[in-house]
Amino acid sequence: MPSQRDDVAAHAEAPVHIAVDRVHAAAPVGGIKIRARDVNVFYGEKQALFDVGLDVPERAVTALIGPSGCGKSTFLRSINRMNDTIPGCKVKGRIELDGEDINDRSIDPVVLRARVGMVFQKPNPFPKTIFENVAYGARIHGLTTSKSELEALVETSLKKAGLWGEVADRLHQPGTGLSGGQQQRLVIARAVAIRPQVLLMDEPCSALDPISTLKVEELINELKKEFTIVIVTHNMQQAARVSDYTAFMYVGDLIEFGNTDKLFTKPSMKQTEDYITGKYG
Amino acid sequence: MNTPNYKSHISSVFNAELEDVRQRVLAMGGLVEQQIVDATKALTEVDRVLADQVIRNDEKVNTMEVMIDDECSRILARRQPTASDLRLVYAVIKTITDLERMGDEAEKVARMASDLSDQERGMSPLVEVGHLSRHVSQMVRDALDSFARMDAESALACAAEDINIDREYEALMRQCITFMMEDPRTIRRVLDIMWAVRALERVGDHARNICEYVIYFVKGKDVRHISLEAMQREVREEGE
Amino acid sequence: MTDATLPTAAATDLRRLVEARLKRRHAQERRFRLYGRIAIIVALSFLAVLLGRIVHQGYTTFIDNQIGVSVYLDPAKIDRTDIGGANYDQMVAESLLTKLGETDDEYGEKSGKILEIMSNDLGFQLLKQVRADPSVIGKRVTVTGPVKSDASLYYKGEIKRSTPQDSRKLDDQQLDWLDELKAAGAIKSGFNFGFLTRSDSTEPEQAGVLGAIVGSLMMLFVTAFLAVPIGVLAATYLEEFAPKNRWTDIIEVNINNLAAVPSIVYGLLGLAVFINWLAVPRSSPLVGGLVLALMALPTVIIATRSALKAVPPSIREAALGVGASRTQTVFHHVLPLAMPGVMTGAILSLAHALGETAPLLMIGMVSFVPGVPESLTGSATVLPVQVFIWETASERGFHERTAAAIIVLLVFMIVMNLTAILVRRRFERRW
Repeated sequence: MPSQRDDVAAHAEAPVHIAVDRVHAAAPVGGIKIRARDVNVFYGEKQALFDVGLDVPERAVTALIGPSGCGKSTFLRSINRMNDTIPGCKVKGRIELDGEDINDRSIDPVVLRARVGMVFQKPNPFPKTIFENVAYGARIHGLTTSKSELEALVETSLKKAGLWGEVADRLHQPGTGLSGGQQQRLVIARAVAIRPQVLLMDEPCSALDPISTLKVEELINELKKEFTIVIVTHNMQQAARVSDYTAFMYVGDLIEFGNTDKLFTKPSMKQTEDYITGKYG
Repeated sequence: MNTPNYKSHISSVFNAELEDVRQRVLAMGGLVEQQIVDATKALTEVDRVLADQVIRNDEKVNTMEVMIDDECSRILARRQPTASDLRLVYAVIKTITDLERMGDEAEKVARMASDLSDQERGMSPLVEVGHLSRHVSQMVRDALDSFARMDAESALACAAEDINIDREYEALMRQCITFMMEDPRTIRRVLDIMWAVRALERVGDHARNICEYVIYFVKGKDVRHISLEAMQREVREEGE
Repeated sequence: MTDATLPTAAATDLRRLVEARLKRRHAQERRFRLYGRIAIIVALSFLAVLLGRIVHQGYTTFIDNQIGVSVYLDPAKIDRTDIGGANYDQMVAESLLTKLGETDDEYGEKSGKILEIMSNDLGFQLLKQVRADPSVIGKRVTVTGPVKSDASLYYKGEIKRSTPQDSRKLDDQQLDWLDELKAAGAIKSGFNFGFLTRSDSTEPEQAGVLGAIVGSLMMLFVTAFLAVPIGVLAATYLEEFAPKNRWTDIIEVNINNLAAVPSIVYGLLGLAVFINWLAVPRSSPLVGGLVLALMALPTVIIATRSALKAVPPSIREAALGVGASRTQTVFHHVLPLAMPGVMTGAILSLAHALGETAPLLMIGMVSFVPGVPESLTGSATVLPVQVFIWETASERGFHERTAAAIIVLLVFMIVMNLTAILVRRRFERRW
C-alpha cells in the first residue's frame, strides 16, 4: 500500500481538498553531513565495527539502533573521536564531516569536538552552577569577548534547550540540583552553546523517566531544524518517534539504513524485522 | 471520563500527526457526502454526466482511504499510541472503512442512475428517493460532525436517526412493490430504483457505525450490536 | 489423581525443610553478630586500657606544685661586680629554712636537703631578677617556681611515707618539710603551663614540649611542602596522562611497594643521601622533613590516585565532549572534584609522618635540644622523638612526662584527623 503513495499525491487534486503534505517531510533538507566509509574499530585485539559505511543527512535525526554491544555507541564516538580517549582503541577507515576527513592529522580533536557536540547517557552536568555549565565551552573556546555576550549566549542556549523558563531565576545554583530530565537538557544546552554543527547523543534518555524522555525527544525535534543529530538508542520505540532515518546495527555490522517510516513498517532485511519485532536481540 | 484531548502531547509532531489524520478523515467524509448527494441527484434528475462524475470520483475516495490507512499504520509503528490516542487511531481506521463503503454505495446509486438514463424515458424516479437521500446525507453530515467535535451525545442522536431511515426505506419499498403490481412493465426500472434505495439505506447503517466509533473513541465503550436504549445507557452513565 | 496430591505433599515437605533450615540460618546469623560484637568490644577495651594508662600516667604532669618564696637579697652575699657568682640557690634554701623555723648546721646539710626538693629554677629566677635590676639587692623579692619532681611525686602520692626511708628518694625530714609547707599554704597546685611553654631540660620538673612541638611543626611544614605537590602532580600524571603500558605498571607496583617499606629504611636513605652526600645539617627539621616527605610520598600518591579514580568518568567525558583539552579537563574538573579526597589523604599521611620516630632516630634527631629550634637547619627535636628520649631517661619524673607528651602528640593527631574529616565534609561534592 505505501508504494501507492506517490500516485495518490499526483491524483489528489480538486474538487475536495486533501491534505497531502506529509507531516514528516522525511526528505533530507540539506545534503550529506557525515559520510562514513569502511569504518573499522578495534579495541585492542577485538574488532568492534566491520566496514561500516553510512551517510548521515544534514539537519535530520539519524538513529542508531541495535542490541547491546552492536557497536552503535562505538560508531557514534568515532564521529567526534571520543574513542581516542580510550586506551587501545583504533579507528580505521574514513569519516568525513562536510567532506573533510576527521581523522586527518591536521584536525585537532579539540576543535572537532567543538564542531561535533556530544550528549551522554547519564546526565553529567559539571558540579558547578547552571550558568557555568553552559558558559564553560564558550569560555575555553573563547567564543565570546564580553560578559554580556556570554550572558546572552547562555540565555539563548538554555532557550534552545527549552530550559530557560525553568532555570532563569536560579542560574547561579548548582546544575546538579536539577531533576534528571532538566540535567539532561542542561547538558544539551551546554553542547549547543559551543555552536556545533552536529550533535551526537548516546542514549540520552536511558536514565530519564518517561515524561522527561518525551520532553527531550520534543527538544530533539526542535533542534534538528538547526543541527544534524545522530542518536544512539536502546529503545526502538524512541528511534521510531524521534528519527527521520534509522540505522540498524548488529554485532559490528551495519545491517540496514533507511527512512525510519520504511524501516519500521517494511524493513528490507530479515534481521531488522526480527529485531524490531522482538524476535531476538 | 473527560473528552479526550489529542492536541496536548509533549511531542508536537505527534499532535500534528493526529490532527492531520483527523483532518483527512473529515475531508474524506466531505467527499463521500458530496458523492451521495451527487449520486441521488443524478438518479432523480436522470443526469448521466453527473452520474459518471460520481463513478469517477469514487477512485478518489478509495485512494484517500489508502492514504489514511497508511498514515495510521505509520502512527502505530512510530508512536505506539495508547489509551485515547489508540482509540482515535482505531476509530479512524474503522471510520474510513465505512466511509469507503459509503462511497461504494454512492457509486452503486450512480450506476443505477446511469443505467436508468440509458433506458427509454418513462416514469421519473419517486420524489421520496430524493427525500431519503437528503435524510441520509444529513445523517452522514451529522455523523462526521460528531466525529469532528468528538461529541458522544450528538453521535448518539445521529445513530438514533437510523431507525427513521429504516422506516422511510420500508415505506419506499412498499411503494415500489405497489408500482410493480400496478404496472408490471415498470418492474425493471423499479427494481433499479429499489437497488438504489437499498444502497442509501446501507449508507445510513454505515453512518450509524461511524457514530458508534465516535462513542468508542470518546467514552471508550464498545456500543456495537446493542439496542439503542442500551447504547443510551452506556453513553450517559458516568464512566467508572 | 496422584498427580494432583503429590505437589501438595511435596509443598508441605518443602516448607518444613525450609523452616528447619531457617532456624539454623537465623542461629548462624545471631552467632555471627555476636562474634562481631565481641571483636569490637575487645578492640575497644584495648584502646581504653591504652588511653587510660597514658592519661592516668600523664595527667599529673599538667598539674604542678608551685612554691612562692620570699628571699632577702643580702648585699653581703652578692658581689655587685660579679652578680652571677653569688649562690642564689643557697639564699632560697636559707629563706625556706627560716620559714620552716629551722637553722642550718655548719655543713649546710639542711639547705642541701631543701635544694633536693626545690627546683633550681627558683635560684635562676633570683639571678634573672638581680641581673635585670641590680637595685633589688638589699630588698626582699618573691620568686615562684616548681618543687622538684620527686616532691611533686610525693604530693601526688607516688612516693609514700610507708615506704622504708632507704628505698625512697626523700627522707622523713624532707617529707615533714613538704607537709609543713603545704599546711602553711606556700604550695599552690595549678595547671602546668610550663610544660607547654618550656623546652626540654635535664630537670624533669622544668622539661616541656614547646621545642618538640615547634620542631614537629617545622618538619611537617617541610614534609607537606614537598610531599603534597610532588605527590599530587605525580599521581595526576600517572592517572590522567601517562599511557597505560608495562612501564607505568612497573611504576605503579613500585609505588605501592614503597608505601609498605619499613620507615627505618627511609631513615637510612636520608642518612646516606641527605646528610652524608648532600650535607644537610643533621638533626635539623629540614632533613627530618625531607626524610618524612620521602616516606609520605607513596601514600600521598596512592591517596590522590584513588581520589582521582573516584571521580566519575562521565565528568571527564563531559569536559572532553565540549572540546576541553586533556589538561583543561584535569585541572578544571577532575582535580577540583578529587581535591577533598586528595586533601584527606595528604593530611592523614602527614599525621602518620608526625608520629614517625624510627627514621628520625637514624638521622640524629635523638639529641638533647634544650631550646626552641630557630631555623629549619638548626638542631631540633620532635614530639615522638621527645617521647622516646624521655621514656629512656632514668629519672622517675620523666616517665610521667612521657605520658603527657604522648597525650600532646595524640591531641595533635586527633586535630589533624578531625581536619581531614572536616575538609571532606566541607568540600565533598555530589555529582
